[in-house]
Amino acid sequence: MFGKLSWSAVPFDQPIPLLTGAVVIAAILAVLLWVVVRGHLPYLWREWITSVDHKRIGVMYTLLASVMLLRGFADAIMMRAQQALAFQSNGFLPPEHYNQIFSAHGTIMIFFVAMPFVIGLMNLVVPLQLGVRDVAFPTLNSVGFWLTATGALLVNVSLVVGEFARTGWLPYPPLSELTYSPGVGVDYYTWSLEISGVGTLVAGINLVVTVLKIRTRGMTYMRMPIFCWTTLAANLLIVAAFPILTATLAMLILDRYLGFHFFTNEAGGNVMMFMNLIWAWGHPEVYILVLPAFGVFSEVVSTFSGKPLFGYRSMVLATMAICVISFTVWLHHFFTMGAGPDVNAIFGIASMIIAVPTGVKIYNWLFTMFGGRIRFTTPMLWAIGFMVTFIIGGLTGVLVAVPPADFLLHNSLFLVAHFHNVIIGGVLFGAFAGYTYWFPKAFGFRLHEGWGKGAFWCWLIGFYVAFFPLYAVGFLGMTRRMQHYDVAAWTPWLHIASVGAVIILAGIICQIMQLVVSIRERESLRDLTGDPWDGRSLEWSVSSPPPVFNFAVMPDVTGEDAYWSIKRRAQEQAREPDYKPIELPRNSPTGFVCAFFATFVGFAMIWHIWWMVILGLIGAYATFVVFAWRDHDEYEIPADEVARVDRANRAARRDLVTAAGSI
Amino acid sequence: MNILDPQGPIAAADKMILIDSIAIMLAIVLPTIAAIFAFAWYFRKSNAKAFYWPDWEYSGRLELVVWSIPTLTIILLGGVAWIGSHQLDPARPVAGTGQGLTVEVVSLDWKWLFIYPDQRVAAVNTLTVPVGAPLHLRLTSGSVMTVFFIPQLGSMIYTMNGMVTRLELRADTVGDYQGLAAHFSGDGFPDMLFDVHVVSQTDFSNWASSTVRGAQVLNGDVYKTELLKQSVPKDKPVYRLDDPLLFHDIATQKLPPGPGPMEAANTGAGNVR
Amino acid sequence: MSIAVAQDDPHHLGVLAMVTHEGLAPKRIVTGYGFWIFLLSDIVMFSCFFAAYAVLLGQTAGGPSGAQLFNLRNVAVETGCLLFSSFTCGMASIASEERNYFWFQIAMAVTCIFGLAFLWIEFHEFADLVARGAGPSRSAFLSAFFTLVGCHGGHVSAGILWLLTMMAQVFAKGFRADIQRRMLCFALFWHALDIIWVAVFSVVYLLGSAV
Repeated sequence: MFGKLSWSAVPFDQPIPLLTGAVVIAAILAVLLWVVVRGHLPYLWREWITSVDHKRIGVMYTLLASVMLLRGFADAIMMRAQQALAFQSNGFLPPEHYNQIFSAHGTIMIFFVAMPFVIGLMNLVVPLQLGVRDVAFPTLNSVGFWLTATGALLVNVSLVVGEFARTGWLPYPPLSELTYSPGVGVDYYTWSLEISGVGTLVAGINLVVTVLKIRTRGMTYMRMPIFCWTTLAANLLIVAAFPILTATLAMLILDRYLGFHFFTNEAGGNVMMFMNLIWAWGHPEVYILVLPAFGVFSEVVSTFSGKPLFGYRSMVLATMAICVISFTVWLHHFFTMGAGPDVNAIFGIASMIIAVPTGVKIYNWLFTMFGGRIRFTTPMLWAIGFMVTFIIGGLTGVLVAVPPADFLLHNSLFLVAHFHNVIIGGVLFGAFAGYTYWFPKAFGFRLHEGWGKGAFWCWLIGFYVAFFPLYAVGFLGMTRRMQHYDVAAWTPWLHIASVGAVIILAGIICQIMQLVVSIRERESLRDLTGDPWDGRSLEWSVSSPPPVFNFAVMPDVTGEDAYWSIKRRAQEQAREPDYKPIELPRNSPTGFVCAFFATFVGFAMIWHIWWMVILGLIGAYATFVVFAWRDHDEYEIPADEVARVDRANRAARRDLVTAAGSI
Repeated sequence: MNILDPQGPIAAADKMILIDSIAIMLAIVLPTIAAIFAFAWYFRKSNAKAFYWPDWEYSGRLELVVWSIPTLTIILLGGVAWIGSHQLDPARPVAGTGQGLTVEVVSLDWKWLFIYPDQRVAAVNTLTVPVGAPLHLRLTSGSVMTVFFIPQLGSMIYTMNGMVTRLELRADTVGDYQGLAAHFSGDGFPDMLFDVHVVSQTDFSNWASSTVRGAQVLNGDVYKTELLKQSVPKDKPVYRLDDPLLFHDIATQKLPPGPGPMEAANTGAGNVR
Repeated sequence: MSIAVAQDDPHHLGVLAMVTHEGLAPKRIVTGYGFWIFLLSDIVMFSCFFAAYAVLLGQTAGGPSGAQLFNLRNVAVETGCLLFSSFTCGMASIASEERNYFWFQIAMAVTCIFGLAFLWIEFHEFADLVARGAGPSRSAFLSAFFTLVGCHGGHVSAGILWLLTMMAQVFAKGFRADIQRRMLCFALFWHALDIIWVAVFSVVYLLGSAV
């Protein structure tokens, strides 16, 4: 009746997941109870859960990412602690548990922290920067978010019902095949990612079409902010790469469920094919993560230097070059598979070629600072920290792109340090910079600067203390994913690394404190004009938070840095525009309900509960039919309401703009 | 297991490329980092002396320099990569003194089996080789994919079931070293360490001839019953090799790959174990 | 002090700086464009299955190969069904633009029948292969074959479901603008499946039988 599911799936005999699960479930129930008792549920349902507004969806993506960051970091602290203790000892985490933890750590951080964070920022900001009201497909946007949330939910359910994959964050066969992983762990992994992969693909299609087809009048391609270009490049990569992940995991699912032989040892399966397919997705994936971060830094460095971005045209060229080249380098993830010198060398050289446009970007940011008036706000600190850290990460990357060097360093902790160097230094610092920079736009008040700076320094120092010892221990021959070891020379480095993890923990605590304090003191941090940073692009021309329709009248753009030139010409205080009624898409529960059914389909697939699968699929299909059947998909905001909102914003800005115009 | 302390020419050459590449890149990276700090500091808002160029956003000459620096660096490193990849290809034979030694390596769950077809001996988790002789390693896996690695002797190489990979090495100093599996292969993975004894030619011949007179025998049946199942061995047995085609049978899957965990397959339910 | 508007071509783009942009594209274009992008992503997914098929072509594990299994007559009939259904789908598109309910529903129904005929033949081919011991778990080659051809068949099945839904929509709501947009997407989908089928029968059946 319930497939493979039984009470033995709950880890009653394992204190750590049991306790963690109990605490988390209790916390979720407490929050739900508070929400219901205080009567917030109708508000949440109406304004957030069923929202198709890109700003709301962007915030929800970012919230999902932040919560999952805590889970992923908890895994990280456990790993560092285990490795610090496990010299000639079993530590406190037996292998079957440790192996799930590092697999979950990687999976969660890539798919449910980094991806939602950048997609959230892109969702929030891009329509505002393009001067339009929403993305191309608002309801689909909601579907995409909720399917991603489904994936995150399933991964976390594996903590208390069943187990997670014990293969690493990429389930290489034959280890991930049924023979060597008979449990449900790999199934949790594959279904969670298949479902959230659909969500990601949907977001990718949405943002590509938005940037290419939904821009305000006068916003030609070469007048778009660079963040929009990096959004375009990253989402083109999503559209081109995520289907590869979908197909490859589908093949693994067929192997495990129906006895197919894509990657099995017997009957002709080909393990090398999995490596090629998964990395053909995997390499573009990391550029999907880092390109939006580069975009954030372009915005931040330019705003806080008080200068336009240097070398806009090169930046565009470099961005699109990275987009294309990222598809040509995947073999560098398995130089040691024995492809031969010609193949290895070609892919090594291709991997280095990507360093060229990346280097160009660094220099352009450098020259943006040159001749500027730099304000060291928290976002700018993240940007400078990123530039230094990412260069080092890039150096180690080009190093392992040289095949003979990789023959000594593949899969070692040197490699682990390299990719954390670029993902933390690049993607995560970019996400934090974007979060701090655009928080006032989303919520109407700034984040507390003091706690923000504290968070930055703790993360920066913590990162170096945690990961530079890993470079050292990689040189000493230590390979990754070791639950215990008996080489004494490695121990002091691993101890230092765990201290670094604690410093990062302090950074995370600073970020939590920052949020709490900012909410409490929000009146003193209020952004009254919508332009707290003296920004340059169009999102700063609307109030904070923007009205639901973004712009009362979509602006007419005549140059780059559209808002900056408006400010310089003190244009916007000229006569009032001609207010017209605005039509906006209606909210819809489609996304949430569809994801609800998807969760059941995923869970049922994992546990082989076939009747539940069928019911879930019917439910998901029915959701779309109900959506397709609705007669009213838009609502109108009357012209005088638009006028009222806009006049209030213009009044608040009058001082700011006249002051700027009189310089 | 320090890769910066090579004991063979392959490892030494790999290391040299590593160090040289780092040096080449540091020559660019360090000045760039210095410039980042310098510009950030000098152009801080509170520095009234610094000039402010609010409209400066393009310079053709600077663009040329900015594209050239990474490009030239990469051209140099690309050359290093091309030449190095060819010279240090794992399958490329290494010159040496004395007779070359062929060792057939099988990675298992969770141990290493070393077969010496010419000497008719085999050993688990111990690799004994003569100093200075070219070593011809042929590798496969009896179960899942993993990576064979002796950090002080040189390159890593994958082992995969149903396939044979090749690695050519040479050890130049007598001594005891360590090797490991460098790719996660399951619960017993951290224990996949093996000893590497580099001995003189005579010591090697003595070891081989005494082992071949030993009591324990390795053939297909012993392999299936003792070595294939998932376990971490408590000792390091040596064998007389009864079947010189053992490696061939493993590599062509005539001897099937190892079974998975001993629990009933596909129970699925719960934390297995 | 007035600030000269020198900002308009700071990067010396010359002619490129004079490009204009009129604003948001109309909804129908945006919808069609988005659906094309989706189709491209779907083609990438199919490419992976094609690639897997090419890699695993020779891995018959002692079992039957394509030449021993494929019935080219069936394939020809399937192709005919699908191509004709694409034609009738085109007729349905024209009917919907002409707002002709009768011919729209007829054309869609005929499209459905030929789509179902295709699926019927394919289902029987698969069942037959399984019965002969040449099912997907027999060898890697067969796994790749069943997956590639089956994935296409799965898409056709989803297309049929969509087709029936469109017929019901038009019946219930008429040729509303949003329904017309969905019809545009459906037609693109159906024609794309036809194109994929051409690739499938060429690579899998024709090349496979020649080997």
